[in-house]
Amino acid sequence: MLRILILALGVLTLLPTPGRAQDLQTILQLHTEEVENPGRQTVGVVIEDLIAAEMPVVPVFLTHWQDREIVLNAEDGRFYALVDDADGQATIRDLDTGAESTVAAPALTEVRPNGGVRREIAAALVRFQLSDPAPANRRAALDAIARQPDADQIAPLAASVEDEEDEVIRADKERLLNILTARYGDTTEARITAIERLSGRITPDARAALSQVLTTSDQIGTGEPDGNVAQVYTPGDEITRAEAYGRLVDEGLAPAPVSPAAIRDALIANIEDGAIAGVPVAEMNTDAARRDAYERLAEAGTVPPFVPDEQIDAALESHVFYAVYDEDDPLVTDAARATLRSVDTQVSLNKTADLALDALSLASIYFLAAIGLAITFGVMGVINMAHGEFIMMGAYTGYVVQQIVPDYTLSLIIALPLAFVVAGAAGIAMERLVIRHLYHRPLETLLATFGISIALQQLAKNIFGTQARPLTAPDWLSGQLVFNELVAISYIRIAIFVLAGLFLALLLFILRRTRLGLEVRAVTQNRGMAASMGIDPDKINMATFGLGSGIAGIAGVAIGLYAQVTSEMGANYIVQSFMTVVVGGVGNVWGTLAGAGLIGVLQKSIESMNPSNTLAAQTYMILFIIIFIQFRPRGIVALRGRAAEA
Amino acid sequence: MTDATMTLPHRTPPVRQTSTFGFLAALAVFAVTVTVLAEQGAISTSFVKTLGKTLCLCLAAVAMDVVWGYTGILSLGHMAFFGLGGYAIGMWLMYARTEGLVVQSLASQPLPPTPGELRDAIGSQIFGVVGSSDFPLIWMFADSLFLQLMMVVLVPGMLALVFGWLAFRSRVTGVYLSILTQAMTLALALYLFQNDSGLRGNNGLSGLQNIPGFENTSQAALSLGFFWASAVALALGYLLFAWVVSGRMGSVLRAVRDDEARVRFLGYHVESFKLFAFVLTAVVTGIAGALYYPQAGIINPNEIAPIASIYLAVWVAIGGRGRLYGAVIGAAFVSLLSSWFTGGGAPAIALGGYSLQWTDWWLVLLGLSFVAVTLFAPKGIGGLVDLIADRRRPDRQGDYGPDKGAKRAEEGAE
Repeated sequence: MLRILILALGVLTLLPTPGRAQDLQTILQLHTEEVENPGRQTVGVVIEDLIAAEMPVVPVFLTHWQDREIVLNAEDGRFYALVDDADGQATIRDLDTGAESTVAAPALTEVRPNGGVRREIAAALVRFQLSDPAPANRRAALDAIARQPDADQIAPLAASVEDEEDEVIRADKERLLNILTARYGDTTEARITAIERLSGRITPDARAALSQVLTTSDQIGTGEPDGNVAQVYTPGDEITRAEAYGRLVDEGLAPAPVSPAAIRDALIANIEDGAIAGVPVAEMNTDAARRDAYERLAEAGTVPPFVPDEQIDAALESHVFYAVYDEDDPLVTDAARATLRSVDTQVSLNKTADLALDALSLASIYFLAAIGLAITFGVMGVINMAHGEFIMMGAYTGYVVQQIVPDYTLSLIIALPLAFVVAGAAGIAMERLVIRHLYHRPLETLLATFGISIALQQLAKNIFGTQARPLTAPDWLSGQLVFNELVAISYIRIAIFVLAGLFLALLLFILRRTRLGLEVRAVTQNRGMAASMGIDPDKINMATFGLGSGIAGIAGVAIGLYAQVTSEMGANYIVQSFMTVVVGGVGNVWGTLAGAGLIGVLQKSIESMNPSNTLAAQTYMILFIIIFIQFRPRGIVALRGRAAEA
Repeated sequence: MTDATMTLPHRTPPVRQTSTFGFLAALAVFAVTVTVLAEQGAISTSFVKTLGKTLCLCLAAVAMDVVWGYTGILSLGHMAFFGLGGYAIGMWLMYARTEGLVVQSLASQPLPPTPGELRDAIGSQIFGVVGSSDFPLIWMFADSLFLQLMMVVLVPGMLALVFGWLAFRSRVTGVYLSILTQAMTLALALYLFQNDSGLRGNNGLSGLQNIPGFENTSQAALSLGFFWASAVALALGYLLFAWVVSGRMGSVLRAVRDDEARVRFLGYHVESFKLFAFVLTAVVTGIAGALYYPQAGIINPNEIAPIASIYLAVWVAIGGRGRLYGAVIGAAFVSLLSSWFTGGGAPAIALGGYSLQWTDWWLVLLGLSFVAVTLFAPKGIGGLVDLIADRRRPDRQGDYGPDKGAKRAEEGAE
């Protein structure tokens, strides 16, 4: 069987395929000179002939040519592909048959096309790739065109659209063709149609195509501006006067202004015996004195004359500054401008949507961090400065579990309840040992829990070190959900959002629908009365505190997945968390949600005004909160009546 | 309601006056001792600086005690005023010193510099680190020592006035106020962390230990000078606050602390008293900061992070609230102990296989001892004085602590 195969292969490769008029080598031999020493101008003929031959080996040859793997064998004067070159013996492959042979290396001359030629070859290759059987290659060809668009690519691209079978790639081809037509189309009508079809597209290449059509160059004139005028600049308004004058100087239309630095240099160059133009150097300590001295030098003709402001004004007055489109046809630029405007609207709409998603995910992070606090502070009225450290504890629990259980999904499933247990136990211990004794001294609770907070922080530092520990998300949580080029959200953020929603529901259920919730509310409102109804306030306080702290622990795992685990991570959230609860309204889970939403949206929108400066965003947000509390001291969702006093 | 503590006017027991005199005498003895020891070379210049800085912290703690221990406002933002005072004086120190250096370097130029050139050169020297060379508007007075000294008082005072007016007017009290003050200091710190805040971002102001005009004075002499200035400031501040908290004013402040609503019903304008205490303490804290940072040599936004203000409260609590000398004792004790532990002064303890390094464990100890103080000794170290005084004079009407005195505890659910 094997033998038959080898035989068949041998026959196939040895015998020229019948029925073909000529083979590749024949064409190459026709253009030996151009192939061997191609120039950018001459190579076009070869490529045209090769394309016209419509042979499947042509793209293979072009690829080799582009990669500088074609050699000329001096022994028979034919071109081969170089396969391997070692110890003076080179393996070469026949271009038509694919048969490999070994020759002495000195007999071979490498064909080395220069950069310009290789670009021509690449352009020719693209048209083969556009109808390549492998979809990946067709896509690569499209990417190549998109990277370096060119008028010549319109024809092959248009030709390849019809035969395209893959729906997605076909759509991409049409889109790219449209962009190319918008920029390089033959007729004004074709271009305008193409441009108008771009409206509503928010892809960067569509925007780039439009702005390419709208490139301008600055002009200076004395009368009315001519050409396809984009904009007229008024000095001092659209451009600064200095800039406008600078353009005049660059064009040679006005003398260069004499800057203070130039005055200084000119004066220094003209110091004679400790004086400049008769004035002692020591007096040159004001701008006016220096100017006087300079003008005296100018009168003597040693330096160019000073350009006074009036002269600059006159020069600016007598010239018109404007920008013209590089594109001459005003119809095209008008269409492009209108389309660009609609594209910009689309873009800003999408950016707003993206911002809203960001704000939502930030809000859910704040909500997660604050919801435990909403229970301990909001419902019980206990200020727990160590709340942030419970978040940290949960995150470190997740980290430790991940060290023991290497499977990320499994470790996450273990870590979530374990973090609840660890942080909850710590919370109960703290309630029993410290807070219980301080229920009626809120300020002292604040300080005592702060003591615990710094102790826990340092303890974590001693155990885990100061460097950040990673908490790796499982694979199904990595990556992001992409809506389009501008709107995307990572899966971790979605997970945090879902988690926040879950906790909201769970907490509302516990507080409103369960026995525990009823007793918690009873104890919060009137401890004495609740006790006389047979509720054990101590036990309820303990349980409530445990619940709040445990949720903080779970929040820690979630936050650790998206940020890193450090001993200070809790401290970063504590002030924000308190503000979330206070802004939202104490004693109300919905209030915390509203507070987190407000703060999240606010922070993101301030950030979007100045994206490089997140510090400023935080500053202004805190200022806003301080002012907000002035007007609604009880928060967004304020309790009324007796409950408000509890 | 014939409760003695509520009806009797708060006595001004001799202990209080004795305590003021006693404190001032102790401070004088301490200052003289340090001077003599420093002259003899028994203590180093850096330790004199540490002591001087500690005195400034004590002054801030006394102010904190007045606002918290006497008026009942737990401000978690007083170190913001401390930092602002430091920044205000730091601006002049930095400007004047840089001006000196720039004038020196420009003197070798062929032309004498114009005022504009001078300013540009100073600007690029100071703001080069944040990639700028222009003077922000807030530096407009930086060339005048007098105006910057005014700023030391005015900036913390104005901030406290605006913030306090807003907060007290809308009746934000208790823990809400604490959180709000904490938010204030956080906002300020975050703002200053920006490079374009005009105060060199997180680089802060540096080289403040070089006092312009005293280039030829040794650091040893300078540090002694600042030590004395700090001691005098502490003495004056202590006297001022001892005067404020005694007499009727002090009684109203304590009454506000114990039951704000009742004082309001008695016809006092509670907000004004609170605002007075808040602004006055802010100004004194600012002055303390202005004395502290030339000794520290550098100030950056980290110094006004919320944690610093919490430490201030910690010192006062450990020293004992509601008595001025308690705040001094607390601040001196904890901050000196802290620098001893974190500076590696304390010997490591070997625990079998583990060597307990105090640099690592000091904060744990501090945190836990802080819990212990709040739980078991709410009167702090100053409470020890009561033990002695009570033994001598057992019938003394006890000075109820800020929370014990409040009726709220008894009226609560129990």
